Amino acid sequence: MENLALIAQVQGYTAIALGLIIGLGAVGACIGIGIMGSKFLEAAARQPELIPTLQGRMFLLAGLIDAAFLIGVALAMFFAFANPLLARFG
Amino acid sequence: MAGEAPANSTEFINHHLTHLKVGEGFWSLHVDTMVMSVLLGLVTMGLFYSAARKATPGVPGKWQAFVEMLVEFVDTTVKEVFHLDRRFLAPLALTIFVWVFLMNAMDLLPLDLPGKVAGLFGIHYWRAVPTADLNTTFAMSLTVLAVVMYFTVKAKGAGGYVHELFTSPFGANPLLWLPNFFLNLVELLSKPVSLAMRLFGNMYAGELVFMLIALLGAGFFTFTVAGTAGMLGHVAMGAAWAIFHILIITLQAFIFMVLTIVYSAMATEHH
Repeated sequence: MENLALIAQVQGYTAIALGLIIGLGAVGACIGIGIMGSKFLEAAARQPELIPTLQGRMFLLAGLIDAAFLIGVALAMFFAFANPLLARFG
Repeated sequence: MAGEAPANSTEFINHHLTHLKVGEGFWSLHVDTMVMSVLLGLVTMGLFYSAARKATPGVPGKWQAFVEMLVEFVDTTVKEVFHLDRRFLAPLALTIFVWVFLMNAMDLLPLDLPGKVAGLFGIHYWRAVPTADLNTTFAMSLTVLAVVMYFTVKAKGAGGYVHELFTSPFGANPLLWLPNFFLNLVELLSKPVSLAMRLFGNMYAGELVFMLIALLGAGFFTFTVAGTAGMLGHVAMGAAWAIFHILIITLQAFIFMVLTIVYSAMATEHH
């Protein structure tokens, strides 16, 4: 019975951690994408002839900015479905 | 997939996350990853070989025009960044781009299809996306690291490389050798790790979201209102995520290629 309480505790803390990982990661990625997008639109409005060049770089950077967030999501998903911290009780 | 249906959602997802393995612990080999990646490599080579065989100097066919566009696109990307002889790097970049793209594209197959096909041959576990396996992405990024080190040695010589490792950011004072070397080591190792983790994280998360969407529609055959609503949500979200994922798989293949080029270009620059 004591074990059950411990498992519940680990699960609860893990759930909070998952929320923090995904939530804070999303906040960072969204701010980054927002700043980059606004700068891209500004630049495109100033110099429309540069749009093709800038667009390629924008997508490249969008991928780079998103990457850390998605790595976090993958890690969070991993902990949600196969929690290695629970294996100790197994 | 073969045999009895999984009992609940956690089991379903764990089942889909299990590799077909040979061996135990450290010396285990993911057979599904190996087979799929080699197969897709052969597909890549075969497609380009057929285009090269049938190439005509006259009006090109659709396939030839497509391959030419692809080659030209990669070649200009390399040319913009890498200013030395690119006879080695441009084909490497093209290979990386097409191969990673095809491996990522396996994510768009219906979730249970590869497992069902493998089940026909009596195989219970089969993960179709090689890039959602850390082994593949790290193998590729370590190969890229080897290429980058080759370019460094080629541009600066082995002695010059060692000299740069110990004196590069701060200066040649013997007291600074250790901090210099430590910083360079971190810089060197962070490249393959970030390259591999980025691709893996994107593909793994994408695959998991597909699984979660698949679970939404699981209740359809109970023929309840909630089950039907779940099925509708499953179709809508599945379509939306798949369309978004087409962007992601292309983007990640492109990023892997561009970073390979950029790292190689950085390696050949003189300080």
